[in-house]
Amino acid sequence: MENRSVLIQGGRVLDPAHGRDETADLLVVDGVIQAVGRLEAPAHCTVVQADGLVLAPGLVDMHVHLREPGHEYKEDIASGCRAAAAGGVTAMAAMPNTQPVTDDPSVVGYILERAKSTGLVRVFPIGAITKGLKGEMLTEMGLLLRAGCVAFSDDGRPVTDSGVMRRALEYARMFGALLIQHAEDLSLVGNGCMHEGVVASRLGLPGIPSAAESVLVDRDLRLVALTGSRYHVAHLSSGDAMRAVAQARAQQLPVSCEVTPHHFSLTDEAVLGYDTDAKMSPPLRSQADRAALLEGLAQGIITVIATDHAPHDEENKRVEFCCAANGVIGLETLLPVSLELVRDGVMSLSDCIAAMSCNPARLLGIPHGTLGVGQAADMVLFDPEETWTVDARQLRSKSKNTCFHGRRVKGRVKQTWVAGRSVYRDGHD
Amino acid sequence: MRSAGTLWTRKHLLGMEGLSREEIGALLDTAVSLREVNRRDIKKVPTLRGKTVINLFYENSTRTRTSFELAGKRMSADVVNMSVASSSVKKGETLLDTLANLQAMNPDVVVIRHPESGVLEFLARHLDAALVNAGDGRHEHPTQALLDLLTIQDQLPLLGQSRFAGLVVAICGDVLHSRVARSNAIGLQTLGAEVRFVGPATLMPSQAAEAFGATVYHRLEEGLAGAQVVMMLRLQNERMNSSYLPSVREYAEFWGLNRARLRQAAPNAIVMHPGPINRGVEIASDVADDPERSVILEQVANGLAVRMAALYLLCGAGVRR
Repeated sequence: MENRSVLIQGGRVLDPAHGRDETADLLVVDGVIQAVGRLEAPAHCTVVQADGLVLAPGLVDMHVHLREPGHEYKEDIASGCRAAAAGGVTAMAAMPNTQPVTDDPSVVGYILERAKSTGLVRVFPIGAITKGLKGEMLTEMGLLLRAGCVAFSDDGRPVTDSGVMRRALEYARMFGALLIQHAEDLSLVGNGCMHEGVVASRLGLPGIPSAAESVLVDRDLRLVALTGSRYHVAHLSSGDAMRAVAQARAQQLPVSCEVTPHHFSLTDEAVLGYDTDAKMSPPLRSQADRAALLEGLAQGIITVIATDHAPHDEENKRVEFCCAANGVIGLETLLPVSLELVRDGVMSLSDCIAAMSCNPARLLGIPHGTLGVGQAADMVLFDPEETWTVDARQLRSKSKNTCFHGRRVKGRVKQTWVAGRSVYRDGHD
Repeated sequence: MRSAGTLWTRKHLLGMEGLSREEIGALLDTAVSLREVNRRDIKKVPTLRGKTVINLFYENSTRTRTSFELAGKRMSADVVNMSVASSSVKKGETLLDTLANLQAMNPDVVVIRHPESGVLEFLARHLDAALVNAGDGRHEHPTQALLDLLTIQDQLPLLGQSRFAGLVVAICGDVLHSRVARSNAIGLQTLGAEVRFVGPATLMPSQAAEAFGATVYHRLEEGLAGAQVVMMLRLQNERMNSSYLPSVREYAEFWGLNRARLRQAAPNAIVMHPGPINRGVEIASDVADDPERSVILEQVANGLAVRMAALYLLCGAGVRR
């Protein structure tokens, strides 16, 4: 029997859900957090010295694509979980655009079974809003929730039909379920393959205006006002959409949103040279949009940082820019890139960690993302000062499509635990 | 030409972006020197004997491909033409694989036209062969810009200019989809000319003024006022009757160049067009055919010289790479 009792000594214990930020010891017994404070090591207990390190709740990434079932050549649950563990992520919500689509309880069951047998970290399926992601017929949300779904989304595609979106919101509300919208007006996207602006004009690439996002967010917010349902904007990219969400939240509507590390740290200039690893949907936007996203994080309007981890094999990326697949991986760069927000004074370390742990966990209704006594010991221990260079080849994800290759980052995961079991240790894999 | 060679150290000709005034000068000077070959009885020099040029065209083209082919042949290079219809693209081969296969045959220069923007930069990252951009999507078409610059340079004395600095050039029509407009705008600005973009709002690149340093006009009369060079762009068939434009009739009425409108321009203004022209759409026949104003056929002749120059410089004449 594996020892799932561990004492982590002398680290900075950061638990935003409980307002804790202090140097302390944390004791895990049989996979459960037993005590936090000045503690002695009991017998048969592993001791980890954590001086100078931060001990935080295992990160919760509410937006990943694990590609299983159907696209295992890009990623599978096992490899996605390895990448997550190395990134300090102990729970993730998997988007339903698999093959077959997660629009049926049997697919949910399959994913949960595969996660249990091959996965190192916790996987929570997100069900489709509409069958086959076609935007027409609602899925069996009740049965999908019962099977284990934590939210609903047609991610990769928006629900374009306003009538369908209204019904989806109404229906989901009965179950208190969260709807996550990939907000893009496809008629404004057209054949665009990057943000519309100076860079697209110079590169001669068809652009996607920021309004493609805000137009749909505006519509959805009207429907939220009509239905009172819980609504979450995935991968927010534009200043206008951020301000629309801010206004809705000020009106007490049940609205939330997330931002990805690439959208808050990069702009459309990353596409210069036609770098297909800077191609994703929605696209990297202007400096003004990026500034607005940072403002949204600082003001607590954007409460979640999620990766939109989207693995793609080289054959779909090493092609002409317009033909390249949309998406970048992000699990292993989530923490260090997000810590740049702390270093740049955008938000406190506690708020930053909250955006990657208790905040998304609360939205998904899962009992994770905290270091509360009695909770399963899902934890990440990281060195906030260690500097390293992102190297795509070193990443554990099956696909290497990162937009942060070569970036000097600060903050390195030293160890990750799920329910007290060590699933990653720096330099030991 | 001897001195021009030493100014040219680039491996590829991917676009006008990044070319210095001196590099543009080297290309134009070389073209001027080589132009004489095309006027001889025996139109062939041995300059590129033993060199291989592959023309790889993923888009239909008559004049550009012919121009590159003749350019190579007049300098005794072996020229091979490949077009999309006869190539293995139809068999599902990736662009990169196609190029890698061609490269294995060790050509000296590969001339590429492709419907997607950025393809040349993509290929240059992965291949060793010297590449010439013969038009990539709506991005760049550098040899067209160079031939236009050469044509304008020839006309500078008539326009009362000794240099490009201060010259007013109006680029008119479907700027959004035009690689010709982009390459010209960049090259002209490098040489100090003032560039105007004139066309309907639906056919103008986003933030065009900021992106290209051009002044944007939506009314042709205003854009032409005082212009010394009027460069008309071709309206592609697929843009006619689309969500970009209500009709050809409306386009011709508001943005077509005719005699009356040309009077708004400077008295000696020259009229250019990259061809093929849509008579009666973007340009009236009497303007296109007016030997006093139209330099459209001079453009074609200069195209050959410019492409000879490009091949000559990329094949390593006097180059210190």
